[in-house]
Amino acid sequence: MIYFDNSATTKINPEVLATYNKVATDIWGNPSSLHALGDRAHQLLESAREQVAKLLGVKASEIFFTSGGTESNNTAIKGAAYSKQTFGKHIITTQIEHASVGQAFSELEDDGFEVTRLPVDKDGFVSPESLKKAIRKDTILVSIMAVNNEIGSIQPIHEFSKILADHPNILFHVDTVQAIGKGIWDQVMDPRVDMFSLSSHKFHGPRGVGILYKKVSKQIWPLHNGGGQETGLRSGTENLPAIAAMAKALRLTLENELADSQRERAVKEHILEGVRDLPGITIFSPANDHFAPHILCLALKGIRGETLVHTLEQDEIYVSTTSACHSKTFKEAGTLMAMNIPEAIATGAIRLSFDAENTLAEADQFLVAFKKLYDHFAKINHLGDK
Amino acid sequence: MNYTEVMVRYGELSTKGKNRKDFINRLSNNIQKVLYDFPDLEFHPRHDRMHIVLHGTPFEEVDERLSKVFGIQTYSPVVKCERTLEKIEETALEVMKATFKTGMTFKVNCRRSDHKFTYDTNEINQKVAAYLYENMDNLKAEMKHPDLVLRIEVRLDAIYISSVLIKGAGGMPVGTAGKAVMMLSGGIDSPVASYLALKRGIDIEMVHFFSPPYTSDKALSKAKELAGILANYSGKINFIAVPFSEIQETIKEKLPEGYLMTIQRRFMLHLADKVREKRGGLAIINGESVGQVASQTLESMVAINDVTATPVLRPVVTMDKTEIIDLAQKIGTFDLSIKPFEDCCTIFAPQRPKTKPHLDKARKYEAELDIDGLIDRAMAGIQVTPILPDQKFLQNKSAEDAELL
Repeated sequence: MIYFDNSATTKINPEVLATYNKVATDIWGNPSSLHALGDRAHQLLESAREQVAKLLGVKASEIFFTSGGTESNNTAIKGAAYSKQTFGKHIITTQIEHASVGQAFSELEDDGFEVTRLPVDKDGFVSPESLKKAIRKDTILVSIMAVNNEIGSIQPIHEFSKILADHPNILFHVDTVQAIGKGIWDQVMDPRVDMFSLSSHKFHGPRGVGILYKKVSKQIWPLHNGGGQETGLRSGTENLPAIAAMAKALRLTLENELADSQRERAVKEHILEGVRDLPGITIFSPANDHFAPHILCLALKGIRGETLVHTLEQDEIYVSTTSACHSKTFKEAGTLMAMNIPEAIATGAIRLSFDAENTLAEADQFLVAFKKLYDHFAKINHLGDK
Repeated sequence: MNYTEVMVRYGELSTKGKNRKDFINRLSNNIQKVLYDFPDLEFHPRHDRMHIVLHGTPFEEVDERLSKVFGIQTYSPVVKCERTLEKIEETALEVMKATFKTGMTFKVNCRRSDHKFTYDTNEINQKVAAYLYENMDNLKAEMKHPDLVLRIEVRLDAIYISSVLIKGAGGMPVGTAGKAVMMLSGGIDSPVASYLALKRGIDIEMVHFFSPPYTSDKALSKAKELAGILANYSGKINFIAVPFSEIQETIKEKLPEGYLMTIQRRFMLHLADKVREKRGGLAIINGESVGQVASQTLESMVAINDVTATPVLRPVVTMDKTEIIDLAQKIGTFDLSIKPFEDCCTIFAPQRPKTKPHLDKARKYEAELDIDGLIDRAMAGIQVTPILPDQKFLQNKSAEDAELL
């Protein structure tokens, strides 16, 4: 089996799973309970928070545990919009966000907020200039993803930050779900960023847990009311086994970040090398500093992405259509459409996403399988014919 | 650098005339007590200094402990070498290389207690300095205020060379001023008061009031752990826990609210005095600071202190809170002190305590209670725990659990 779908989810690390099991079995007290069992759980929860904060170079009081990337994004966006609505109801995002950002903005739009969705250029980048132009007096929130989940384009967060430095009252949220552990964190993290979101299962942690970073000085409304956990921002009994396991997964990921991301980059470059010159192939994720090292999006003209996914699956090679979250619906690739890629090509896109466990040998195996299907489909579609 | 011994110079105690011998013995005992777990050390107390032969024990670890022993003025790690000029030069160079940093000034300072040695002090100073200049770069001599003094001592048995002079904790050896009981609450002030008392040579035993189920085990553990931090300065501290719930409940039930605090404090002092009497102490020490809270006004002190004629020492009485906090941080008790566990001073605290209680009223209200019975029952329930330096009582699981992360 070759698993090239690591942006959809990653396999849990066995050491991380061991921590999950140990905590679930032995440290099952409610962290809010006053007695010794609760206290032990509370201590572990706070140690996990401190560890995560330290790894991310922020304060422990700025780390909030959530149920994952989707909840982190929803909390950041809706919480910010509703808490600041008295100062204005204009909010800004982009056309290429993950659904958990895009749909949150749509809901706010239905609720009377005015939304500007910044476009991208043909390569998948939001221009700082367009952000500058979009900002108004009543703008209260900007949310822009760090790394696009479909093509891996790294958005110029530092440039956006420079612009937002002149507008200190606008909350700036960055969806960093695809940006962690890939050797590009410095490129996407800026002191101006007020909030960012992470999801545990994207870095070999368990499902159902994530992180929202929020500056101490910024106030947002909680989505849920309840027992006031996570200093009131996220009520609900803390998912301690998952939180502890995530803290460990983050540590292991960041400890090996440099070597791992270089390996991923090598796999990506090797596959790129093998497919880039084939007639009918379009590459959306070139190998350069503006793209994440672990994502490779490409399209084969005339063949639907789904068909490619299922054909490769026969060789036990697992890849994705452009956004795994949409794969089972009839929605087309949002990012590629935003890039004005013709529909005939966009629908043929697949996404390969790598991980440190992937090898160059797997890349070779992939190329053999891909060449086989390419030859077959190219013949049918007369690709390369003059 | 492999130091062979440590030379410890005594502090103020050299001025204490005929008591000197007691002081030296006490200091020597205290030093041995804090270094009890290094079996290879050999101690040689002399009239003006003490030599600790390391026999391979790392100096850094001994240093860490010695820096907290009161009564030490300064100490130096020393290398011992044979009585030949070659060895002196060789060792001097080694010591210099380990401690000299570019930009420093230095001088060589030789002393001979063996006046029959082949070379006199000036000759040794010159020869060693010349040898160092030959073998090291960037040396700059300075006679008046050098950054580094290379000390060479010529004695009958060997030569002793050192270049580092470490300032000790000062003060007086713990125990030389006698014994007292310390009222340790768990807050910020009483650990600082304890430290200051220890510094003046007072051997203290901690008296701590606990009120289960109003106060938790954690509050008690926290106080014990604070005693553990303070034990670094004295080697060992006895912790005496006094049950206080019955007294608090009785006062609450029977007396007017305005005097709850005053009468509770009178009972605490009364009990502390009983403990002192029982354990042979001479004074009571507490962490009161004038005007900080209702029980620490001069009027309150009058109304509370009334229960005993024993000297009540208040080392932080005129210090500002910020000064107390600075010292608490320096001695390492602050972070633990601010952990929020309910202690017996905060429970049963009246909404509006009297900041100016009247002594006669305090006496009158207290007399309505069965004072002797309450005191006797509390005294019957005391628990004594000997506490060692840095002994831990809290969060014993959490460090282990954090390994999971």
